[in-house]
Amino acid sequence: MRAIKHMGRLAACAVTAAALTVAAAPAPASAAEAVSHPDYEFSFDGIFGTFDQAALQRGFQVYEQVCAACHGIRLVAFRNLADLGYDEDEIKAIAARYQVEDGPNDQGEMFMREGIPADRFPSPYRNEQEARMMNGGAYPPDLSLMAKKRKGGADYIKALMVGYTEPPADVELTPGMYWNEYFPGHQIAMPQILYPDSVSYADGTPATIEQMSRDVATFLMWTAEPMLEDRKQMGIKVILFLLVFTGLMYAVKRKVWADLH
Amino acid sequence: MALQTNSRVIRWIDHRLPIFTFMNHELNEYPTPRNLSYMWNFGSLAGIALVIMIVTGILLAMQYTAHVDHAFDSVERIMRDVNYGWLLRYAHMNGASFFFIVVYIHILRGLYYGSYKAPREILWMIGVVILLLMMATAFMGYVLPWGQMSFWGATVITNLFSAIPLVGPDIVVWLWGGFSVDNPTLNRFFALHYLLPFVIVAMVFLHLWALHRFGSNNPLGIDAKGPQDKIPFHPYYTVKDLYGLGVFLILFAAFVFFAPNYMGHPDNYIEADPLVTPAHIVPEWYFLPFYAILRAITFDIGIPFTGIVLIDAKLGGVIAMFGSIAVLFVLPWLDGSPVRSGRFRPLFKQFFALFVVTCLVLGYMGAMPAEQPYVTISQIGTAYYFAYFLVILPLLSVLERPKPLPASISEPVLRGGGTVAGATAKPMEKP
Ligand code: HEC
Ligand code: HEM
Repeated sequence: MRAIKHMGRLAACAVTAAALTVAAAPAPASAAEAVSHPDYEFSFDGIFGTFDQAALQRGFQVYEQVCAACHGIRLVAFRNLADLGYDEDEIKAIAARYQVEDGPNDQGEMFMREGIPADRFPSPYRNEQEARMMNGGAYPPDLSLMAKKRKGGADYIKALMVGYTEPPADVELTPGMYWNEYFPGHQIAMPQILYPDSVSYADGTPATIEQMSRDVATFLMWTAEPMLEDRKQMGIKVILFLLVFTGLMYAVKRKVWADLH
Repeated sequence: MALQTNSRVIRWIDHRLPIFTFMNHELNEYPTPRNLSYMWNFGSLAGIALVIMIVTGILLAMQYTAHVDHAFDSVERIMRDVNYGWLLRYAHMNGASFFFIVVYIHILRGLYYGSYKAPREILWMIGVVILLLMMATAFMGYVLPWGQMSFWGATVITNLFSAIPLVGPDIVVWLWGGFSVDNPTLNRFFALHYLLPFVIVAMVFLHLWALHRFGSNNPLGIDAKGPQDKIPFHPYYTVKDLYGLGVFLILFAAFVFFAPNYMGHPDNYIEADPLVTPAHIVPEWYFLPFYAILRAITFDIGIPFTGIVLIDAKLGGVIAMFGSIAVLFVLPWLDGSPVRSGRFRPLFKQFFALFVVTCLVLGYMGAMPAEQPYVTISQIGTAYYFAYFLVILPLLSVLERPKPLPASISEPVLRGGGTVAGATAKPMEKP
C-alpha cells in the first residue's frame, strides 16, 4: 500500500521537470513512521488566516490548567500574552501567579519570587531527569515549538488530543502506555488528559474534548509561531508591491525591446 | 574608450583610477548577443541571491551565538524578540534553497547550450568551484541553528572522511576539533560559514572576468559574426534582468511569507541531542541527488574471485559523491562535439532530457530510506549520471550528425519578419 503511494509520487516527480518539485521530496521521508491524521480547519490557515483571540485565550486556559502540570513553554514570556488580547494589568496578574527563580541575592543565595511580565514561563520540572522520574520514565517535551517540530503541526496536536481509544483486540499495551490513533507507533506514555469539562471556560464556551483540543492546538501554534500574523500581513503587501513592480518591468522591457524584434 | 562625461570630478578620478570607464564598459555598453532567452536570467539572479544571503547573514550573525548551549535559543530569540528577526531568518533559510534552485537551472542551461566549450572552459570550471563553495557554506550554515538535523547531518557528513584509508579517522577528529561534533565544531563551522561567502564573491568576480573576455554564449551556440548580432547590455538586458528579478522575488516572497518551513525539516526545531538519533537523517533538499549517489554504492569493489577488497562500499560512496562534481571539471574535454547548442544535436537532446529526469529521480531517492527498491533505482540513476558524462558525451561527439547551423545570430532572429538589423536599435560599435 505504502509502496503504491511512493510509486505514484515517483511518477509525479519524474514528469514534473520544474526544479521546485525536488523541494517536495523530503516530505515522504518521515511519512514512513508517522500516521496520517485529519486536516482540520483553523482560523490561521491560508494566506489571509489570523489567530482567533478568543480561541487563543481559551487555549491558554487549557494549557495553564491542564498541560502545564507536565509540559513547559519555556520560550514564551508573559509579556507575549499581549498578543492574546490581555492588557498590562492582566498580564502582571498572570505573571504573579507563577514563582520564578532569581538570584543570587547579596548573600549569594538563589531565591524564588513572583513572576513579572519580562519573565518566561517557568517549566514544571527542573530538568529532564526530574521530568522522567515524575512520569514513569517518559519525558513530556517542552511545547513551545511543538506545532513546528512535528509534521502536521497544529493538526497533529489536535488529532493527538482526540485520538485516544481502546487498543485493537490483538494488541497488548506495554505497561504505562496508552493507545492513540495518531501517535507514531500508537503507544504513547501520556494518558488521555482531556475529558468533557476538564476546564470551565471563562467565556462560557462548552468545554467539549473537541473544543479544548482545537483551542489548545491554536494556542500552541501561537507559541511556536507568534509572528504568524505579522508575517502574512507583510507578505500580502510585499507580494502586491512585487506584482506591480514586475508588471511595470515587463512593460518597460517590451517597450525597450520593441525596436529589436 | 574612456568614459565621456561632463562631470569634472568623475573625469578627475577616472583619469587616475579608470573605475568609471571600467564599469561603463562592463555593465553599460558591454556587447551581448541579441538572442538570449530567459534561461540567461539565472546568472544575474544567482548574483542577487548571493547578495541577499550575505546581507541577511551578517544581520543574523549580529544576534546569533555560536555555542552549543545557546545556539538553538539564540535563533529562537532572533525569531521572537529581534525586530524583523523572523524575516531575516526565514529569508536566509529560504534564500539558501532559492540560491540552489537558481544555480542548478544556471548549470543545466550551461549543460544544454554547451556553454562549457571553448573558449569558456575556465569560466565553466570557476563555476564548478563556486558550486562546491556554496555546498560547503550551506552545509555548515545548516549546522548553526543546532537542531537535530543540524547535529546529525554534521555527524553523518563529517564521518564520511573516515572512509579515507589510513588517515581518515585522524582527519575526522581534526575536523571536529574533538572526539565528536561539539562546541569546537560549531565554532569553526560558524567562522567558515562567515568566511566562505566572501570567497564566493571573489570567485564570482573571476567568473565574470572570464565571461566578459568572450561574452555570453547564446541559444544558437554560434559566435557573433558582427555588430548586428550584438546589443549593449544596458538597457536591453538590465531591464530584462529586472523583470526576471521581479518574478524571482514573487516566488521567493511566497515561500518566505506563506510557507517558510516548507522546504525545511521539522526535526530541526528540536534542539540537538547527541543521545537521540532521528529515525531518518536527511540532508537539505539541494543535497539529495548527491546523497543518493553516496548511498547507491552498497558494494565493495575489489579483484574478482580473490576476495581482495580495494575500495570498500563506504569509500566507494564517498568517491562517487565527490566524483559526481569532479566530473564537471573535466566536462569540456569529455564533450568533443564542435556544436555547442543542444538545439542542433538531435541525439544529445534526448540523452540530456534523460539526464535531467535522472537528477530529479536521484533527488527523490535521496529522501527515501536506504531500502529496496530505492537502492536499485539510485544505482541505476548513479550509473546513468556517470555514463552521461563519461560514455555518452564522448561517443556522441563522434557518432552524432548535428543539424546545419544558422549562418549568423541575427539571421534566424530576424526571420520572424522584423525590421532590418540595427535599423532602429543602436548597433554595436566594435568594442
Ligand atoms: C500527566 C502529565 C501530562 C499532562 C498533564 C500532559 N501531558 Fe502531554 N505528554 C506527557 C508525556 C509523558 C509525554 C511523552 C509521551 C511519549 O513520548 O510517549 C507527552 C507528550 C506530549 C506531546 C508530544 C507527542 C509527540 O509527538 O511526541 C504533545 C503534543 C503533548 N504531550 C501535548 C499535551 C497537551 C496539549 C496537554 C494538555 C492538554 C498535555 N500534553 C498534557 C505527559 C503529559
Ligand atoms: C553563500 C551564501 C550563504 C548560504 C548558502 C548560507 C546558508 C545558510 C543555511 C542553509 C543556514 C541554516 C538556516 C536555518 O535552517 O536556520 C544558514 C544559517 C546562518 N547563516 Fe548563512 N548562508 C550564506 C551566507 C551567510 C553569510 C555571509 C553570513 C554572515 C555572517 C551568514 C550567517 C548565518 C548565520 C548567523 C546563521 C544561523 C542563523 C540561522 O540558522 O538562521 N550566512 N546559512
